[in-house]
Amino acid sequence: MGVAPIEVEQPATGQETALDAPWVTVVWNDPVNLMNYVTYVFQKVFGYPKAKAEKLMLDVHHKGKAVVSSGTREAMERDAETLHGYGLWATVSHDS
Amino acid sequence: MTSYEDGGFPDDFGEGQAEIAAAFRPAPGGAVAFFEQAQAGVIRSLVGQIAELVTNESESAQPDTDQSDLEAQLGLSSHVEPPDDPVLARLLPDGYSNDRDAAAEFRRYTEESLRSSKVASAQAVLASLPSGGGEVRLSEPECQQWLRALNDVRLALSVRLGITDENDDLMENLSVDDPRSAYVWVYQWLAYLQDSLIEALS
Repeated sequence: MGVAPIEVEQPATGQETALDAPWVTVVWNDPVNLMNYVTYVFQKVFGYPKAKAEKLMLDVHHKGKAVVSSGTREAMERDAETLHGYGLWATVSHDS
Repeated sequence: MTSYEDGGFPDDFGEGQAEIAAAFRPAPGGAVAFFEQAQAGVIRSLVGQIAELVTNESESAQPDTDQSDLEAQLGLSSHVEPPDDPVLARLLPDGYSNDRDAAAEFRRYTEESLRSSKVASAQAVLASLPSGGGEVRLSEPECQQWLRALNDVRLALSVRLGITDENDDLMENLSVDDPRSAYVWVYQWLAYLQDSLIEALS
């Protein structure tokens, strides 16, 4: 908790990521945030349908992290800041 | 991530504790809950502490120079490093995990507004929750503020309680004499309360 991961793999370009998008927002698993809260936040922040929000939530939960949005660096920084406002642990990375 | 059932609430509680498990239910345009005075006191105290923590640290860390005044006006922060306090570090995390320079720049541009939004959420709770308890009827935007503020309190408590694994059985790890055991119960109750608010909005 509160400790940045020492080693970070570049996020895999999974099914949620546009292949040509250079920047991504990654959400990391943590032991505190409620699963339904995280789903709710993904719906609220990104306007994702519940099924997609739930799938992303489960990806975070089971895989430790998930790419939740992709686009310009500025947009990803806005997403990360918004997610920090909700108490989720989000980081921006270059998807290369 | 976790779900409130993981914390063993409310089944593990004795009669007295179960009585004070306030929860939200859906209401037209938002949600409603009834809080006893003691419950309101606990929430107001913890939410107030978050607001104070986020505010104080911000002010004391600002060097008192013209430069920082200008930066403050522009909404920029003089902070480039994560806070030393692990609670604050969790509430104000890095925006880049493997790039110190980018993380510093991100913090400089976002930390002040993030702190302000956390204080605003805390104030929204304090404004809508009477210190004597009673019925609390929230609009949808107020529900959002409550969710964020309750979450901040839970994040803070989790750091103080040393919760690092969602499968930790906290009650089993602490003896009844441990002063933290009271906060374990509060932590679980707030998860239950937050969960009820999410369900009320669904």
